[in-house]
Amino acid sequence: MHQIPCPWCGVRDETEFQYQGDATVRRPAAEASEEAYANYVYFRENPKGVHIEYWRHTGGCRRLLVVERDTVSHDIKAVRFAHIPGGGEDA
Amino acid sequence: MKTTAYRLSSGGAVDRSRPLSFQFDGAAYQGFAGDTLASALLANGVRLFGRSFKYHRPRGVMALGSAEPNALVELRAGAQREPNIQATMAELYDGLVARSQNRFPSLRYDLMAANQLAARFFVAGFYYKTFMWPSAFWEPVYEKLIRRAAGLGRAADAGDPDRYDHMHAHPDVLVVGGGPSGLAAARAASRVGARTMLVDENPNLGGALRFERTAIDGAPGDMWTDQITSEIADCGNGEILRRTTALGRYDHNVVLALERVSDHLPTPEKGRPRQRLWIIRPKQIVVASGAEERPIAFADNDKPGVMLSSAVRGFVNRYAVAPGRRVAIVTVNDDGYLTARDLKAAGVDVTLIADARGRTSVVSAELEAAGAPVLRNALPEQALGGIEVSGLRLQNAAGDRLADHPCDVIAVAGGYNPRIQLLSQSGAAPVWREDLLSFVPPETDDATQVAGACRGVYDLKACIEDGVAAGAEAARRAGFTDAADAPRPEPRPVAAAKLFEAPKPIGRSRGKAFVDFQNDVTADDVRLAVREGYEAVEHLKRYTTLGMATDQGKLSSVNGLAVLAEARGKPIAEVGTTRFRPPYAPAAIGAFAGYERGETFQPVRRTAMHRSHEQACATFVEAGQWLRPRYYARAGEDMTAAIRREAAAVRNTLGVCDVSTLGKIDVYGPDAMEFLNRLYINNWAKLPVGKARYGVMLREDGHIFDDGTTSRLSDDHCFLTCTTANAARVLAHMEYAAEVLFPDYDVTFCSATEQWCGVAIAGPNSRNALGKLFDGFDVSDAALPFMGVAETELFGVKARVFRISFSGELAYEINVPWGAGEMLWRRLMEAGAEFDITPYGTEALSVLRIEKGHIAGPEIDGRTTAADVGLGRMMAKKDFIGKTLAARPGLTAADRPALVGVRPVSAEDRLRGGAHFVKDPDRFEQESLGWVSSVADSPNVGSWIGLGFLKGGAARLGERIYAAYPLKAEMTEVEICAPCFVDPEGERLRG
Repeated sequence: MHQIPCPWCGVRDETEFQYQGDATVRRPAAEASEEAYANYVYFRENPKGVHIEYWRHTGGCRRLLVVERDTVSHDIKAVRFAHIPGGGEDA
Repeated sequence: MKTTAYRLSSGGAVDRSRPLSFQFDGAAYQGFAGDTLASALLANGVRLFGRSFKYHRPRGVMALGSAEPNALVELRAGAQREPNIQATMAELYDGLVARSQNRFPSLRYDLMAANQLAARFFVAGFYYKTFMWPSAFWEPVYEKLIRRAAGLGRAADAGDPDRYDHMHAHPDVLVVGGGPSGLAAARAASRVGARTMLVDENPNLGGALRFERTAIDGAPGDMWTDQITSEIADCGNGEILRRTTALGRYDHNVVLALERVSDHLPTPEKGRPRQRLWIIRPKQIVVASGAEERPIAFADNDKPGVMLSSAVRGFVNRYAVAPGRRVAIVTVNDDGYLTARDLKAAGVDVTLIADARGRTSVVSAELEAAGAPVLRNALPEQALGGIEVSGLRLQNAAGDRLADHPCDVIAVAGGYNPRIQLLSQSGAAPVWREDLLSFVPPETDDATQVAGACRGVYDLKACIEDGVAAGAEAARRAGFTDAADAPRPEPRPVAAAKLFEAPKPIGRSRGKAFVDFQNDVTADDVRLAVREGYEAVEHLKRYTTLGMATDQGKLSSVNGLAVLAEARGKPIAEVGTTRFRPPYAPAAIGAFAGYERGETFQPVRRTAMHRSHEQACATFVEAGQWLRPRYYARAGEDMTAAIRREAAAVRNTLGVCDVSTLGKIDVYGPDAMEFLNRLYINNWAKLPVGKARYGVMLREDGHIFDDGTTSRLSDDHCFLTCTTANAARVLAHMEYAAEVLFPDYDVTFCSATEQWCGVAIAGPNSRNALGKLFDGFDVSDAALPFMGVAETELFGVKARVFRISFSGELAYEINVPWGAGEMLWRRLMEAGAEFDITPYGTEALSVLRIEKGHIAGPEIDGRTTAADVGLGRMMAKKDFIGKTLAARPGLTAADRPALVGVRPVSAEDRLRGGAHFVKDPDRFEQESLGWVSSVADSPNVGSWIGLGFLKGGAARLGERIYAAYPLKAEMTEVEICAPCFVDPEGERLRG
């Protein structure tokens, strides 16, 4: 029952969004080792507290958002666009 | 009409001018408008309402409202039958039909009550201990026995014919509970401009006021309620929902509430739902849910006639019903005296007030002086009687037995429990207050106020003050700064004896002392659980099922904890509580489903040519949300014959298939091809304009994700297709890749699935038909070679022609804008008429692709790699998603099952998808060498054929092994062959 403030569409119900995973992982370079890729694909932190994650606004603008969510209180701390470096809250 | 036996001649809020007829267990009764089923039955002298869950003990009404654990009935008949409805919450209407539950063959003579004789075996954890061995007995024997003996009502046999609505609301302030505190809070918030919503689960507002004779400012409680209610309603920003129960409170301050719109009517009015689920997102919540009186555990305290003191008083005051003729009151506080006072005023005989306290209080002294029969230091020991109460056995605090007292009602005043469920649900642990002898809500968050009895403020005047202050505070926090700041009254210590369970003198034979009435859990069960080591409160709950019935332990949880604390020798505050879970009260599944059921469960997607398929007598299959023609049976044809005819027509002359449902994505930009290089294993850089190519995408973990064709329409524009089922996932995958993984590419794309519709025409005559369809469009092999793409027009609309083939025949796909789909289909049927053009569905499509060994969903099941399906060589030397992990040892092992063809050795044998390859025909339990993924009854081969994955794959061509299918006890000898059964050289499609 979260509500996520989409920088483009405004505050919307979580049912409009699709969770797209941990936003803190970075795809290794093409020549990186198998181990680096295994870490990238399979291993995730499971933080108690603030977690940075991707949510796509599939029921709205379809933009991918970077959402900072508290895994304890479920508070949404911050939301920004994934495709604009720096976030673009003012977009 | 004649007043029934227990209806008082005056008083109450029932409308004696509006008699209502109803039935209970087949017998006809009458009640009045304003009655509940419970009050109307009590007025008719009915006290036995049902049988209990485990022991089938007789049970009657105990409470007034939604805490009632015993008086559960089946309401209505047929498809609208609903089990486990509390008779205390069911409003009476003319023609109401109800049945008692959990009795066989009848309520009064219940055979299962023999369970009581075996009661010492039915103790806590009984199921766990008894039905353990032999395990083979579980399903056929034990489960059936348990299900007949236990359980409550029966669900309806037919689908629910009624509608259930969903509504969203975003008030500034939500007030839960319409008693004095809630009403005061809602008025305080709404009068300063806050949009205020008040929900209350009863048909009338006023909360406990409805059941009391209390005056406010000299006027009856109902008048005060009406005054405040109209002020809220008239101020322009207040909304009041009656018959609406707040079921749960969730993260982000969301409250779910269920409005029983039509449950008080025989059937919903036209256009109205039965119930409406509200999803409420207030800025601020005021919880003013009141308090619930609690029972006391003593022997046989579940007998019909044992009731809560407040309930006895409420039935007399509100419904003008005397629950009995001789009422004995058992009390730990002054509440029992209030009941005595009101009963006396109504002319009901109170024969005893047994007060657990030794001291006098102002109220008790007043009544005693007026002649009330008070016995101090008197505790209940046992309710006496057969099926119903006929007396009360008393003891003093030392356990000495006092004289038995004849009576037909025992009114129990055990103190009050604040209704903290909503507040507990969101995780904060309640706090035990020894001075209040109850749990109160913990410190709440910034968005929540608690007011009135729910926080232990029981005095009426203080409740109203508390409500005013809480409502104003909520409004101020919601941004209405005009709201006045008022002091919050503090709870006053209760003058009550601490008695949760009556003493149980050793050596005296006694009945069961119930803690949880609905789940038949006794105080002894709690102690037994502690002795067996289940002493943590969470363990106790699950082992004994204490508090796990549909009433969610509203009456039982505190008494259960008190018995637990006593047994463990710890204070109640130290044993803790279990978290209450939503829903607060039972709710129909239909309310949660709302409109998302049947035809409106999800959208139905139909292609542009749907009408033509219907006219051609197509049988449809659901593919995701799409309806696709499965086959087109002609008169006298069954499914098998139709599929064989369609599949043969494609090989022999000409077939046409609607392929509009394929996912289609338009990709633009100077970096479009480079972007695709990252997505697919193939190399796209050299794909010329005007050509298409088959491609495969992997997941980053190295397994196949999807496949399809990509066509290059210009230097910076290409058009790709993906499988119907994966269309949305592929688009999301591409978006993720573009925004996160490769943000530097200058590329943009969008779904075109519903912009372009498409057909495949396939068969030796497809070029001839294409030539007739288009005017002035060169369809020659030179102009449009295999994998060629051309753009043209069809009767003035844009068209794209792709020479691609899934069937292995000479074939084309034609795309036109969605709106022109019907036209395309019609023109094509005309152009193909002379070649006997045959529409084919998904089944024939599948036969054709299996004949050619083309992979589809069953081969791309998320566990297979490009190498597994024989496409390993497509992997180009460049970076693409999945490249690194596709090369890891586990996915490149030589013994991985690889794609093969399979056919039965004996041509009349059938193959089955899901069968496993094995060596030994004589047993099913052995090592699996692989599996059969897809099968088809091929008219072109003349037998069943299949695709599958086999260890050793290509090296085993020609080998004979077995396909085991234990579900049907089939063991079929099969020959492994190359995964292509028709035209292995591919001459037809290049012709």
